[in-house]
Amino acid sequence: MISVYLKELNSFFSSLIGYLAIVVFLLMTGLFLFVFPETSLLHQPFATLEPLFSIAPLIFVFLIPAITMRSISEELSNNTFELIATKPLKTSDILLGKFFAAASLVIFAILPTLLYYYTVYQLGAPVGNVDSGAIWGSFLGLVFLGMVFTSIGILASSLTKNQIVAFLLAAFLCFFMHYGLHYLSSLPVFYGQMEWVLQSIGIDHHYASISRGIVDSRVVVYFFSITVFFLGLAHFNIQQRK
Amino acid sequence: MSISVQNLTKIYGPQKALDSVTFEVNKGEVVGFLGPNGAGKSTTMKILCCFISQDEGVAEVCGMNTVENSLDVRRKLGYLPEHNPLYHEMYVVEFLNICAGFYGIKNKRKRISEVIELTGLQREQHKKIHALSRGFKQRVGLAQAILHDPEVLILDEPTSGLDPNQIVEIRSLIKTLGEEKTVLFSSHIMQEVEAICNRVLILDKGKLVMDSPISDIQKGGKGQFAALRILFLNALTLDEVKNINGVVEAKKVSQKEWLIKGLEKEGEDFRQQVFLHCAKNDTVILEMNQISASMEEVFRELTRDKN
Repeated sequence: MISVYLKELNSFFSSLIGYLAIVVFLLMTGLFLFVFPETSLLHQPFATLEPLFSIAPLIFVFLIPAITMRSISEELSNNTFELIATKPLKTSDILLGKFFAAASLVIFAILPTLLYYYTVYQLGAPVGNVDSGAIWGSFLGLVFLGMVFTSIGILASSLTKNQIVAFLLAAFLCFFMHYGLHYLSSLPVFYGQMEWVLQSIGIDHHYASISRGIVDSRVVVYFFSITVFFLGLAHFNIQQRK
Repeated sequence: MSISVQNLTKIYGPQKALDSVTFEVNKGEVVGFLGPNGAGKSTTMKILCCFISQDEGVAEVCGMNTVENSLDVRRKLGYLPEHNPLYHEMYVVEFLNICAGFYGIKNKRKRISEVIELTGLQREQHKKIHALSRGFKQRVGLAQAILHDPEVLILDEPTSGLDPNQIVEIRSLIKTLGEEKTVLFSSHIMQEVEAICNRVLILDKGKLVMDSPISDIQKGGKGQFAALRILFLNALTLDEVKNINGVVEAKKVSQKEWLIKGLEKEGEDFRQQVFLHCAKNDTVILEMNQISASMEEVFRELTRDKN
């Protein structure tokens, strides 16, 4: 697994993909946080990172599928999957290696945003007057979100040889899991019990919960199990190809 | 037994890609795998390399089942897939380093430099793979296949698309490797098989149609087809020629000269059959030459469309 992880990480950073993903993420969040007047920190009465955490999932919906779309699709279309699959590696080694590499890239993109925390911390009056708990919770939520989106991206990439199809499929699935289920639940048809069920399958509900700064074990279990679920589907799908 | 395949069957939709193929390859043998496109050569190789699984039958490499002990099989086996897929954006050494990581090779650097020397990649080792010529890419493919010093090498069309010089180089490389390892390789080029192999397997439409040592084929095929070129004293018609005992096919060269092909009876020479028949009918033969069946002829005979 480690050898696959290193190979993937190496391929991210020996090409532009890795740097570009990080730069695009930072540039977009930076613009929203410091430049665009509607969401800018500098125009807000409170020292909060709320704009970052509400815009980041939307960026991830497009950015993470872009990172993961090639991971298996490209190997399938170049036939290099035959090369890697005939090495003494388990399917799970290949999948987890690719998953952790993409997830690491997402974490590398999130890490510099800790600077934003420092900025808000200094902007508070008096200095340090921020809701640190909520911010740390939100950062954790962002990492979990990245993890789930990455597993969705890996699944989509394992389904097709075509990278664009993989991207679109992953972007849609991420959108649907995060926003789609949440909005669907407000349809009158689902009024009552179903509304709650749909919301608790969706990611948004859990993301919002952890953003408040309370790390509920149910939320953690949710994020991990949904990641495992999508990776499991990808595993099943690759085994089917044999 | 290095490779053992029993009743291997693989079905793709309505088509039987492999139809109960059975063969064995002993340790140290170099075996050529022939057959027209779509005969099932690659499918067999992919099954042996644990890339796909069979629908029926058993495949074993070094006594280990490819389905149950797939990881162990893959450790013992070096595989060069068809079209030689490589990570083109990587440097040669980087690529080999990553492959060595997959096999968990201990002394990576030493082994990689050994393999680079063996495959003659010294001058190319710091280039990106996409910048290499086809022949060198093929060497990189071979290098990754032998990196972990496997007991069995499976090479799917290792010389396709190379120029004549490169073909000769790759062939001699395979020959060198064949001295220590069991090699199963597929090819379209008959001379190649004749030059490298001890034994040949011919597949056609998923069935194994021939499994015999090269020397037998060069003899004209044991109990198989024999071809003669005969010069008669008088002109003969096609029907007259075809009437000769055992003749399957006759081709006219001139009025008196014919090329005939026939089935040999067990333990009897085809020339004898022809001679006795002609003597009985007072047909005078001036010349009779046996045309030693080339691999190509045997191949065409076995795999042509019988419909």
